[in-house]
This record gives sequence, structure tokens and C-alpha cells, in this order.
Amino acid sequence: MKLELRGITKRFGALVANDHIDLTVEPGEIHCLLGENGAGKSTLMNVLYGLYQADEGEILLDDEVQHFAGPGDAMTAGIGMVHQHFMLIPVFTVAENVMLGHEQTRAGGRLDLESARTRVREIADRFGFHVDPDAVVEDLPVGVQQRVEIIKALSRDAKVLVFDEPTAVLTPQETDELMGIMRQLKEGGAAIVFITHKLREVRAVADRITVVRRGAIVGEAEPTATDAQLASLMVGRPVELVVHKDAPRLAEGGLSVRNLQVTDARGAVLVDDVSFEVPSGEILVVAGVQGNGQTELAEALAGLQDRVTGSIRLDGTELVGRTVRQVLDAGVGYVPEDRNEDGLVGSFTVAENLVLDRTNGRPFVRAGALQLRARDAFAREKVEEYDIRTQGIGSPVGRLSGGNQQKVVVARELSRDLRLLVAAQPTRGVDVGSIEFIHKRVVETRDAGVPVIVVATELDEAVALADRILVMYRGRVVGIVPSDTPRDVLGLMMAGVAPTEGEAA
Amino acid sequence: MSTTTAQPVPAPDEVVEPRLVTVVSRKVPVVLAVVTALFALLLALRAREGDATFRLSSSGDLVALPSIDVPGTATGWVAVVLMALLAAFAFLRVAGRRKVPGWVSAVFAVLFLVGFLAWAAAGSPNDVPLVRVIGGSVLLAVPIVFGALGGVIGERVGVVNIAIEGQLLAGAFCAAVAGSVTGSPWAGVVAAVVAGVLVSLVLGVFTITYKVNQVIVGVVLNVLVIGVTSFLYSQVLVSNPELNSTTRFSNVAIPGLSHIPVIGPSLFNQSLIVYLMYLVVPGVWYALYRTRWGLRVRAVGEHPKAADTVGIKVERTRYLALMVAGAIAGIGGAFYTVVSVSSFGKEMTAGAGFIALAAVIFGKWDPVRAALAALLFGFASNLEGALSIVGAPVPSQFMLMLPYVVTLLAVAGLVGRSRAPAATGQPYVKE
Repeated sequence: MKLELRGITKRFGALVANDHIDLTVEPGEIHCLLGENGAGKSTLMNVLYGLYQADEGEILLDDEVQHFAGPGDAMTAGIGMVHQHFMLIPVFTVAENVMLGHEQTRAGGRLDLESARTRVREIADRFGFHVDPDAVVEDLPVGVQQRVEIIKALSRDAKVLVFDEPTAVLTPQETDELMGIMRQLKEGGAAIVFITHKLREVRAVADRITVVRRGAIVGEAEPTATDAQLASLMVGRPVELVVHKDAPRLAEGGLSVRNLQVTDARGAVLVDDVSFEVPSGEILVVAGVQGNGQTELAEALAGLQDRVTGSIRLDGTELVGRTVRQVLDAGVGYVPEDRNEDGLVGSFTVAENLVLDRTNGRPFVRAGALQLRARDAFAREKVEEYDIRTQGIGSPVGRLSGGNQQKVVVARELSRDLRLLVAAQPTRGVDVGSIEFIHKRVVETRDAGVPVIVVATELDEAVALADRILVMYRGRVVGIVPSDTPRDVLGLMMAGVAPTEGEAA
Repeated sequence: MSTTTAQPVPAPDEVVEPRLVTVVSRKVPVVLAVVTALFALLLALRAREGDATFRLSSSGDLVALPSIDVPGTATGWVAVVLMALLAAFAFLRVAGRRKVPGWVSAVFAVLFLVGFLAWAAAGSPNDVPLVRVIGGSVLLAVPIVFGALGGVIGERVGVVNIAIEGQLLAGAFCAAVAGSVTGSPWAGVVAAVVAGVLVSLVLGVFTITYKVNQVIVGVVLNVLVIGVTSFLYSQVLVSNPELNSTTRFSNVAIPGLSHIPVIGPSLFNQSLIVYLMYLVVPGVWYALYRTRWGLRVRAVGEHPKAADTVGIKVERTRYLALMVAGAIAGIGGAFYTVVSVSSFGKEMTAGAGFIALAAVIFGKWDPVRAALAALLFGFASNLEGALSIVGAPVPSQFMLMLPYVVTLLAVAGLVGRSRAPAATGQPYVKE
């Protein structure tokens, strides 16, 4: 089925998320939609899928104009979508998820689970998956959950398939397998839209590439284009893809973690007997696929986890069992993974957010009263120093762009006298310009003689920043390797395969 | 560059089972020990002479079982010893970092109850009428069961139904008026259903369409229904007693079943609404877990956006489920005025809707478990009556607290881990 979008425009208030976008996808073609986070790719696909109504423009399938009032209409018309955040009910089984919305019933209104199971097996066999129709979705690894999403779309005979940032949660090997599945679908005659911001994947699988920037199409590219060409098209200016840094100058002291274990309330072990050292002046990148314990490890280092055993020593001082205040006072800076959830108070001003962790005394608080003048002077200085683009230090931080919000967090954390920096995915959802800036700051912190831990889920970032890379899998350390370790070895490590002797550092 | 490792990649589709360390809670053994100690203290300080008699059948039963006589205080002490053993067992399990099995608490509760009743009835000229205790419990539990079913359906679809109390009360009021005017209890039930649905609709309009906080709307609705029914009661019903005098459903004995010793008369010689309850509980279970409607209801309550993306109309599903919930809760309200008594009284539901809400949580959002929890609360309410018959030396005001104390304990501590539907309480906002 041929998909055609003509002049799609979608506005949210004053913001134009999609500006007259034209796009054609032929059957048997993989069409990549490349763009930065926030460029409007997902909005466009939500319009296509009937989740949003376009303000202008039309959607055509095989040259017929479609009117989708909701996702149900889009599905009936043959559009299937594999969402970035899986649209699966975690407590349902695979079969229940696949049948949901087009259930078949038997006498007495009884759900016909058997036919759903058969359907799941049939589609899974066609693509060589192994998916147990009776497994509960939340117990499955993300890679398999994604296959359930694909099966769900195919079980409704989708002819146009949209993959929205499908590789964010996958290991490199799983990504390769997904590419294989996409090619298989393409050969079966499906029209595929592949949304991503990862250049490597685009070049591996795309037949055609359309680049989106700030809600508008800025150009088309051939799959033979280089990374640098694609990146500059995506960002709108030439981009530095490497981080410049000298060899680390290691100093005395640093962080020493011994037999660290973190469990959740159920007793599931999230960080399992983890030990490592980070000497002062080194960047250790904690790599791994999302959800393998890196988040909990970073939170434990920042004193934010309750059920922690083992030892975290910073320059000889034990941090396990301390309050967050004591951990901060010991000189730990923490850039959380989700700035909106843990890093900032959106309705507070830039100035207020910059001193959020300094409300325990001078110079910003005296005798319980905020020292507004000292705070504002400090804020103005940091806004200047970190090039935070804001209308003023009195603007609510929630109105800033993702990159500038992240700079506020980084500025706050780096402006204390640090003995350790823990940065969890410091460039997530940040524009390329800000990424360069934040990377530079992280390297400067290292060069100032501070041990730095960066949690990274993307190999590119891991390799660019790291002096050494620690790979986690299911809460355990698979290995600690130098940053020049080959990608395929790192990829295998992220799937839990330990490196052989010669490669370990 | 070295060669790549050749070890096989683990199959990505194997089920991830994170390693678990047992999380043991000391709550259960501590609570058991405290209760045991308190009971022992009671026996030591207020020992009572004489025997307690448990009567197992009422007069007129086909199969008349003999009554059981036990020495009151001695039985109490036997219970204390057994309870202490159970508490010790629980402590041992926890010390060995193992979970305390659920039956320990259940057996403990039964022992405590028998011991307490034996102590309370010791030397009393009256028997402990077990049949009436059980039958009374069922009767007291009926509105709570219906209310809890309404609550379960509401929460399963993602709407916290605090307004159960309002639905019960509105149901009771409308059933009284409609039943009195028409002279038919059936008309009362129909009116109660309509009233429950109307309260649901108001709840739905505010929480689903206008996305107002569900707890606030629920609380306000309760106050509103209390106010409106009280007003109409004192302004209209008091001066027109012919509008507030229903014909009640009479009890219908089910042949055979009603002759089962002890439980037969209490469970199977009841009114039609009680039999309806026996059907509705498994019916709701079947509907939720085995039908298309139930699958969609649960999907909407767990992850409304996912339901939306497969073409399920989230708001419509929520409205419909909420109306079904209101209808069921309404029937529970009718029970007050067409079964229990034949007239409406001000605020006659007396918090049963909130107990039903607790039963929803205690029952882990499952219709059958919630109904059982409602029965437990009904039993706790009924105990007060039983104790006053035997002249127990416990202030009746204290016993009146019992159902609420049981509710609090059940919900706060002894439930174990339970997980609410993920999206309950959250309005669905399309971005």
C-alpha cells in the first residue's frame, strides 16, 4: 500500500510542530525520517495514526484521501505502528495484548484466547521469533516486548508500518535483528516508515531518507551520504562528532565501590555485587541497555536508593547509609537521568533551580531567609558561564528548551566544590549544540581532578567520553574495558557476554 | 584489534527473572505477638467463671445439632497458648528469612475469635447463637458486597469510586420511595439501580469528561447525596409516611440447601437480593476476566493510551463501566429499604460505602476477594450484636468500633503486597 502525506500542518498553540510536510512511502520501501529529538517526527506519525488531528493537509493511502478520527480508523485502513514507548498492557499476556481491540468471542461472550494464541504463533513463526503467547508482557525483555508490538501490528494486516525510534531500548545485536525483520517486512511488500535520530541505523537500512528539522522537511539524502553530511543536514550547521580530550592525568584518591547491592521493595536485585574504582581525573562510562541497573547504580551513588548494602568510599569516606544532604556535602554532584522528574522544578525560575541544593545555609540563606540578591547574582553569573538561553533568570525553567534545561542542571551540579560527578545520560533529549557543550564541561571536570561517572545508553556517547567503559547487564558488571574496545565486543557485552581475556583491561 | 568472542548470545526472548532476595516483613509476627499478649492480659485481669455454650442450630431446624459447652476461661487460655505458638512460628520463619504463610494469620484469627467468644460468653445464661451470627454477618455484608463490586469495576476501569456511599444511600432512598408508591419491592430495586447510575453519571461527567480530581468529586458527591436525601427525608418523607413504607422482599428458602446444618438457614433462607448477590459476584468475575468487555475495561484501567492506540474508546468504556458499577452499588442500596427494614432513615448507610472501599483494597481489586473481604467486615459488625446477647463485659460502644478497627488493620497491614490498576485515579488526557 502506498502512503502519501500532503501538506500536513499541526500546531500546538503558537508552536508549529509540523509545517506543511509532504512525504511519500512506496510499498516495499523503507523510508527513514531523520531528525533530532523534538524535530516533530513523532507528532507527524501521531497525526498519521489518528492520535492527533492535522490542522491542514491530507493523508492518502493508494491515492485515496483518508479521514482518521482515531487510531481505530487508521488501523482499519492498514496502518500499524510500533511505538517508541510500547503500547502494551504490562499485566496482560502476549495473546491478550495482541487480541485487544479486535477480540473474537465464543458462546457466552467468552474470549477466544485460543485463536489469539494461534495467531501469535503463526506470525511469530513467519519471522522466526520465539514468543510464548501466554507469557505476561512485563516479564519479557524489552526486545521481545517490541516483537509483541510488531506481532500486534501484523495481526491486523498492517500494510504500512511505522517504527517510532524503535532502537532506543535495544542492544546493538537486537538492533541488527530488528533491521533484519524490517527488511523481511519490506520484501513482503510493506511500506515502512522508520523514525530515528541515529545516523548509523539510517544508513544501514534506508532506501530513502527524509530529514526533518524544527517541524519542516529540510531535505532528502541518499543512504550513501556520510555521517557528517547527515548530521549537518539534521542540525543545520556543521557538527563536531568527536569529543576532544587529552589522556587522563590520574591523581590520588577517588571513588571505590565494593560489593554494592541495590534491591527494590519486592526484593528484586537491581544492582548485583558491583565493584569498581574510579581514580581522580578519570571518566568511567557505565554502558548498557536501559534497565540493566545503571539508573539504580547512579542513584545509589547519589544517596537516593534505600536498600543498599556494600560500600561506596569517596576519598576514604563511606557514603552508604548517609543522608542525601551528607552525600551532597561530601562533594557528590549528580545529573539525573530525567531532568523533568528529578532534576528541576518546572514552575520554579531559572535562579531558584540553580540554588535548589543550596538552601541549607549561607550564602543563599541566612537565618531562614532567602538571600535574593546573592542568589540572583549567582544565577546571572551561571547563565553567562553556561550560555543558558533564557529570557531572564526569572523565567520558569519549564519554558526553556531541553538543552537549556539540562545546562541549568549541569551548571547547578558543577558549581559546587565537587569530589565526584555522577551524570546519568547527561545528553538525553538535548540538541546537538548543547551536547557538545555538556561533553566539554564533563571533560573539564575530569581534568580538574574529579572522578567522573557517566551513564550512557548509546555506544557513540560511551566511546566518545570514556577513559574506561564498564558494561552492566542485569545488574551485574560484565566487564571493564578500555574505550578503544571494538564496538562489536561492547555490543556483545551489553547482551551479557563477557569479553575474552585479551580484551579485558 | 582482537578477534571477537565466539560465545553464543543469550536468546533474547527468554523471560527475565531478576534475582530475588527475600524481603521479610516483621509486621505479621509482631502483630500476632501483641494481640496474643493483650488477650492473655485480658484473661488474667478479668477471668470469668462458668461455661460458654455455642449453639449450632436454631429451633425449627430439621437437623438439630447439639450445643457445645466449654469452660470459658480455660478455653481462652488454650487459645492463648495456640496463638503464642503460631506467633513463635511466625518469628522463626522471619528469623530464617522466609515468608510467613497466609494460613498462619487466618488460623490465628479463628483461634482468637473462639477464645474471645468463650471468654465473653462464660457464665452467661444465653448461648452464643452461631447460626444467627453467621446469618447476620451475611445480611450486614450484602450492601458492602454490592458496593465493593461497584468499587472494583470502577477502579478496574481507572476511576476511583469514592462515591459508593452516595450510591448506596441514593439507592436506599429511591428504593424506599418507589417501593412505597408502587407497592412493589421490584420497582424499588429498579429505582435504586437508576439512582446508582445517576450518581455514577455525575461522577463520570466530572472525572472523565472534565478531568476533575476523582477523590474530590467522589467525596463531594457523598456529601451531596447525604444532604439531598436528608433534606427530602425531613421535608417530604416525614410528613408523608405513605411515601416511606415499602413492602419488603420475603425470605425464600431454597429446598435442600437451606437444611444444611449451621450454614444452611443463614445462607439459603434469604431474600431474592441475597441470591442475586450470589449470582452477581461470580458474574462480575466472569465479565471482568473472561469477556471482551472485561478485557477492554482492564486495559483502559491499566494503560488507557495503549487501549486508545488499538481503537478502544477510552472515555466511552469508562462511562459504561462506571454506570454498571453504579447499577450494582444501587442494588446494594435497595437492600436497606426493601429487605432490611421497610423505610428510609437519615444517613442509614452509616459508612458502609467506605467499608466497601476498604474491601476493594483488601480484596486486591478482585471481585471475589473483595466480596469475601466485605463478608469479613460484615462479620465484625455483627459480632457486636452477638456479644450483647450473651451479656459480654465489653462496652457496646467499643464493639461498635470493631468493624472499623478490622478495616483499618486489614487495609494498613495484613493485606500483603497488592497492586492497584496502574491508571486508576488518573484522567486520560490525549496530548
